This record gives sequence, C-alpha cells and structure tokens, in this order.
Amino acid sequence: MPRTDIPKAAVRAEAARLKSGFEAKGAHPVEMDILLPAEVLLDLYGEDIRARAYMTTDPDRGEMMLRPDFTVPVVQTHMSDGAEPARYTYAGEVFRKQEVMPERANEYVQVGYEVFDGANPADADAEVFAAFSDALAGYDLRAATGDIGILVAAVHGLKTTERRRSALLRHIWRPRRFRALMTRFSEGGTDLRQHSLERVTANLAEAEAPFIGLRTQSEIDARILALREDANEPPISEAEIELLDDILSLKETVPHVLSALRDIVVDMPAISDAVTRLSRRADAMAARGVDVETLEFEASYGRTSMEYYDGFVFGFYAEGRPDLPPVATGGRYDALTAVLGQGRSIPAVGGVMRPGLMLALKGDA
Amino acid sequence: MVVKLGVPSKGRLMEKTFEWFAQAGVTLSRAGAEREYSGVVEGIDGLELVLLSASEIPRELAAGRIHLGVTGSDLVRDKLAAWDSKVMEIAPMGFGHADLIIAVPKAWVDVDTLDDLDAAAAAFRARHGFRLRIATKYHHLVREFLKTNGVADYQLVDSQGATEGTVKNLTAEAIADITSTGETLRANHLKILNCEPVHKSQATLFKSRTAAWSDDTRATMVALKEMLGMGD
Repeated sequence: MPRTDIPKAAVRAEAARLKSGFEAKGAHPVEMDILLPAEVLLDLYGEDIRARAYMTTDPDRGEMMLRPDFTVPVVQTHMSDGAEPARYTYAGEVFRKQEVMPERANEYVQVGYEVFDGANPADADAEVFAAFSDALAGYDLRAATGDIGILVAAVHGLKTTERRRSALLRHIWRPRRFRALMTRFSEGGTDLRQHSLERVTANLAEAEAPFIGLRTQSEIDARILALREDANEPPISEAEIELLDDILSLKETVPHVLSALRDIVVDMPAISDAVTRLSRRADAMAARGVDVETLEFEASYGRTSMEYYDGFVFGFYAEGRPDLPPVATGGRYDALTAVLGQGRSIPAVGGVMRPGLMLALKGDA
Repeated sequence: MVVKLGVPSKGRLMEKTFEWFAQAGVTLSRAGAEREYSGVVEGIDGLELVLLSASEIPRELAAGRIHLGVTGSDLVRDKLAAWDSKVMEIAPMGFGHADLIIAVPKAWVDVDTLDDLDAAAAAFRARHGFRLRIATKYHHLVREFLKTNGVADYQLVDSQGATEGTVKNLTAEAIADITSTGETLRANHLKILNCEPVHKSQATLFKSRTAAWSDDTRATMVALKEMLGMGD
C-alpha cells in the first residue's frame, strides 16, 4: 500500500514546489474559492456530481458545494476577466465523496496547469502534456492518451439524420448508451425502431389519461413525430457502423494508431481534420522531447470519466497499481468554455496532478 | 457479551419478523407496555432484542452497534455507501416485498422504457431549460441505476412522502418510489416504466461486518444459525 500517513505540511510543500515549476514555465498563480455556488456545477454535470461532491446550504446563496475540481472556477474567472493568451497554475484541496471506493481519499491536494491559447492548439496540447511528463519523470508511471475529437468527428460525418447524430454525440461519454443507440440506428435496429413506433401508436389508441405535470402535449407529439420519422429512415450503413467500431477499438502506440486512422480516412473523410490534428500534436510532442514512438493511444480513453473533455485527453497511472486513482489527468475542454462563456468560447487545455499520491509512491519505492 | 439483534419497532414488519423467528423456535416479544421499546428473547441464550426504527437499522449495523438486524434490502443499499463491505446478507426473509420503480404520467404515451425516458429528458431540458425532475427518497439507488443505464439530463428532487403527488403538484416530472401493488400510482395517473425494477426489496436478516465478536457471541451465532437451519 502507498503510505497514507504523509503529513499535510509535506503535501503542501510538494504542491508549492510543483506550482512554482509551472510558474517558471510562465503560468500565472491563481487562488480559487473552496466554497462554490452549486448551480453551475449541477447544471454542467447533473446528478453525477451530487454523488461525488459535498453539498451544503447557505441561508442567503442557496446550495453550495465544496470545490470538487478547479477547472470550472478557473474557466469562469478567465472568461470574466482574463486576457489571452493566458497560462494559470494553482494548488489546493478538492473534495470528493468516495461512495464506491471508501478507502480512497475524500480530501486531497491538486496542482494544476491550464493553458488558454488558441494560436496553436496542437502545440498547446503538447506543451501541457510535456509539462506533466517532465514534472512526473522519476516516477514509474504509465501515460495513457486519447482524443475524443476523433470520435466526435466520426459521428459528425455519419450519413444519417441530424437527429441521430445529435443523439449519438449526446452520449459520447456514456459508452453503454452510445452502443445501444448505434444498434438502434443500424440495420439490426430496424425492427426495434418499428416496434417503438407501434408501441406508442397502441398507447395512443388506449383510453386517454389526464395530462399532469409540466411536460406538454406538444412535447409528446414532437417525440411521436420523431419516432415516426426515425422508423421510416434508412439505417446507418453497416460499413459506417464497422468504421465506428474500428475507431472505438483502436488501442496502440501513437504511430500505429495514426497509420490505422489514415486507412480509415479513405472511407470516412469526415475525420480527416481530426487525424491531422492528432498528427500535428504528435509532432509537437516529439519536438518537446516526448517519446511518441512508444506512447499509448486509446480512442475510447476518457469517455467514461471526463465529460466535457472534447479533444486530447491524457492520464498518468502508477504501473502495476490498478487500485490507485490516476496520479495526473488532463485534456482539452473547448466545449466547457463554450458552455460557461455564454456565447464566447476559448480553446483551452490543462491538467491536474496529485502531490500526495506522488509522495506516497516515492515512499514506496 | 450478547448478540444484539435489531428489529423494526412497530407494524407489520415487526410482527412478520417475530413470526419468522418463532418458526425457528426463537420467540421474540416486546417487554411490558405496548409503548415500551425493549424486547424479550426466549428459546436461545445470549441474544438480545433491540427495537429500532427500520430506517436506523442499516446505520446501526454499519456502526457495529448491533450484530444482526432486520430491514429492507432497499434501505441497506440506499443508505450505506459500499454496503457489502459493512454488512452481509444472511437470509432473505420472504416478506415485505416491494419494488423500487420509476413511474411517469400515463399520458406520456411516448415513454415506456429507459430509452424513451432518456430521449424525453433530453428534449425536456432543451425546452424548459432545466433537467427533468425525478422525485424520490432513494437517491443513491436511483442515481446508480440511471447511471448504469446511461440516462442523462435528469435531476433527483427529494421527496420523503406523498411522492406520487409530486407530478400533479408540478414539483417533479417523474417519480421513483417503492410500490407493492401499484394502486396509488394508478390513482395518481402514473404508469411504471417497462424495465427491470431499480431494486427488488424484501425484509432481510443482515449481519454486521464491523461489530465486535467474542467467543460467547460467536457461540450464540452458531446456535442461532443452526436453529434457523443455516448451520455452516
């Protein structure tokens, strides 16, 4: 087991050291509130955040949350008064309920580095990854990388209705539901779609129930119309489903993945730009001294735990210790800035690391 | 030291529990006056009856203040994080059956399945600007269930009673609640989603994994298990 008795003062000192490392790279140090208004976080993450964050109530401000991560407040601060380009670093506690794994810390220190710079996104990705890679050198860690942008581009390129594409995009971060939707929209789902429509038609024929609640007749009618249209719509072709499957199952070193993706581009030109971005990022990483030849890339990486990361994603894991949470995670979250920016959006990429875990692993070695 | 057995302090659940133990030759009863919450045990030595509110039994088991406890399997799963690390099921008792289900207005002719609920929630959020509200008191179980099934764009709102009325009162769009017959749902113009229940609950005898055991209490436990026909 890693040591759990690392004194807080030691963790804080290590955090300060890491933070000044980011400052030396040009990051501006920022401080964030610990007690945050819950509304924005709840609207962003939904019910999942309630299972993970500590909630409390202020008599005047309503529901508040103990800071579950820094990204949202840092983005909000930047969107309201930051000039571009900007680089930020911070260190402080975050609080997470551990319902599933109670042995994990529910209060721990994160050190983060966030880059708001749209000039050269591929290089900004590489800059953040290299900064983390450098700070974590000397630990026996495995780096995992991925790129949600490739899957998003593939879905955008499907030759089917806008409604189906948005349904799939909405569930990119829920692999099980995404898979169910793929089945539903495929040749094999034709009966299922027909059956849905018949079921609803049968319900309509039954004795009418009174309308209760906020959801109106027109909303129900709109959904019935959608089901009717979808039942008559031709399925997504087997060829396209196979290409999606090929992309989802990619797990190899970056050069191998790039070569596989270039083959897929021939049949699915829609992902061409996303593949070019991956290739540029790989070049930028190599230029910054990252060993790209052996770097792992998994097209599905980051789909389950990192909603709002919508491009490059990465994580660093203690080798042979699947029981431990990742030592560092990060990625690109342009979509988050769009949601929080009320119309404005800023290309942004960043990550966090856990000095407490790093010290514990060092003590183990 | 004695083995402490927590049993719901009133109602059908208490009576049925007493009957269940009586069949094995363990006679449980309330001491003295009707309102007194202390119990008497006959037929086995070293077992103490502790009468508690059914909803407090999971917490007492997890804290190790009682060794054994009878309560609904739904309450244990909803109230205890990582429940199976704190308590273990010894025996389902065959009564107190109730399903935790999700129900929507019957007028929603387009919603019968979780797929439908998810699609309706997406459209509802786009139209109304907030997430579709599901009223429940079983937050943990419902959240885990909807997460596992990939339902998005909903929120849970707390309802500790009269949950079936929340839709009509415009404080929720759907509900998740315990039902045994579904009559209250029908009376409130709601229908159960056509999927596996969130949880099928029944009264269950649980053993605490955190309570202290001595040679005495272990011997009592062996004797009790033998009487219950569960000798190892």
